[in-house]
Amino acid sequence: MADRTLRGKTAIAGIGETTYYKHGQSPDSEFKLALQAIVTACEDAGISPHDIDGFASYGNDRSEAGRLAAALGIKELRFSNMFWGGGGGGVCGAVGNAAAAVATGMADCVVAFRSLAQGQYARYGRGTGAPLVGGDDSFIIPYGVMSPAQRFAMKVTRFMHDHGIHQEALRAISIACYHHAQNNPNAVMRGRTLDEAKYDASRWIIEPFFHLYDCCQENDGAAAVIVVPADKATDHKHKPSYLLACGQGCDHRSAAPVHNMPNYPSSHFTQIAPRLYDMAKLTPADIGIVQCYENFTGGVLMSLVEHGLVKAEEANDVLIPENLLAPGGRMPLNTSGGNLAECYMHGLELVIEAVRQIRGTAINQVPRNDTAIIIGGPMVTPVSSIILGSEAAL
Amino acid sequence: MTEFYLPEGLPTPSSAPDGLAEPYWEGTRAGQLRVQKCGGCGSWQWGPEWICHRCHSFDLAWEEVQGIGRIYSYEKPHHPVHAALAKRGPYIAVLVELPDYGNIRMIGNLLGDAAQTVTIGAPVEAVFEPHDQASPPFTLVHWRVVGG
Repeated sequence: MADRTLRGKTAIAGIGETTYYKHGQSPDSEFKLALQAIVTACEDAGISPHDIDGFASYGNDRSEAGRLAAALGIKELRFSNMFWGGGGGGVCGAVGNAAAAVATGMADCVVAFRSLAQGQYARYGRGTGAPLVGGDDSFIIPYGVMSPAQRFAMKVTRFMHDHGIHQEALRAISIACYHHAQNNPNAVMRGRTLDEAKYDASRWIIEPFFHLYDCCQENDGAAAVIVVPADKATDHKHKPSYLLACGQGCDHRSAAPVHNMPNYPSSHFTQIAPRLYDMAKLTPADIGIVQCYENFTGGVLMSLVEHGLVKAEEANDVLIPENLLAPGGRMPLNTSGGNLAECYMHGLELVIEAVRQIRGTAINQVPRNDTAIIIGGPMVTPVSSIILGSEAAL
Repeated sequence: MTEFYLPEGLPTPSSAPDGLAEPYWEGTRAGQLRVQKCGGCGSWQWGPEWICHRCHSFDLAWEEVQGIGRIYSYEKPHHPVHAALAKRGPYIAVLVELPDYGNIRMIGNLLGDAAQTVTIGAPVEAVFEPHDQASPPFTLVHWRVVGG
């Protein structure tokens, strides 16, 4: 088997998003949101929804492939796939799985999507209402370690301690996201600016490093991208974004119970990132656009370090707002506002923003737009990341 | 009930549905801290699993360990995410590693004032917190700074 790679075999040809809402404010049901995002992505690609032949999702999405296929009148469903794990760890993995199906001939036109109406179902930021907890939870929840923030905060505490990184580095990440959201009409936090004083004065969610503005929103919405073979990619309405690499999985035993993973202060990408760059035939220095999933800013920090985009020992100097802002920063970050300030669409909004940047149609367009890295769901297991590129990057 | 570090009403730990952790919870009721030790390679293993991740033996014994460790990491949650915590105010959760037992780690609360400075590396000792009136009864394991 000569060339086992996904590099350049597929492309994202269409993108679609619903209006994004604060949790509980969507007038439409979660499944209807999924349909809206998929139909919009088809319009963007210039195809009929009848031409879709596969679905890939993650985070235990409730909009099942079979119901979608029936509702949309899919002629022949050839691929249906769910990436294991909670949260947005699977966002890039879902795109990669769609690409793998297309690259291997299992399917020709696969939608990777996420639909999430937290207002209609459970909110992620609330603890369980169950009277009994078993398994790993039994060793954690009775001590008040319940929500995602609480489950991850001790990783961040230790990482900051080990490397002497200050709160200001996390503040810069949040400020960049909020800044980029201000130009974005679909950003839930548009009109709500953030500066250093407001960040510093915001309440603690968890000491010592999780202010309110270090934590993602909870939202309602849906988003979808359409993955097609590379040799058909130019048949569509927009400039293709080619998948150059996908890495997914986790570090050695990163899901070890009761926080016993060998590499504890980690976003779980240390073994994935080198594979990702190898497949892409790129290095971190080649990456122009960075879209990094913010469940919490500490996860962004560790993801950037583990993907070689920032050195831990330089984080205090590099992670300052001017370096992270489009268009002129050295590493524009989350240029549509991301999970913090655009919408917590479990990271699929980050994939879509990367496609807009590569097309050259982003609201906060950056000039160096031939390659983009998207990093999904740090600190959960499994996680995933992808690199996209324009034709020039092939 | 002021004798508990966190208010009553949080979920009760259970070894359901598969019984894997039953020896641990039985041990805490007896004031003992028990973890897994592999009968195949002698490694300590925590949290509980059916197999040793090193040698793949299914012969995992439960052995009592001394509740002596050091703080590996910590957090002070302020924002309550459960109704039982609504009026509690900040509290401290610690991740404690046990150097005498292969650096396995455990999570508990750090007793004392939530405003205290928490030092990574500080020595701590286990403190059992029985909930005898709960149904079913259970015992949590907290930590206290040695000499603190």
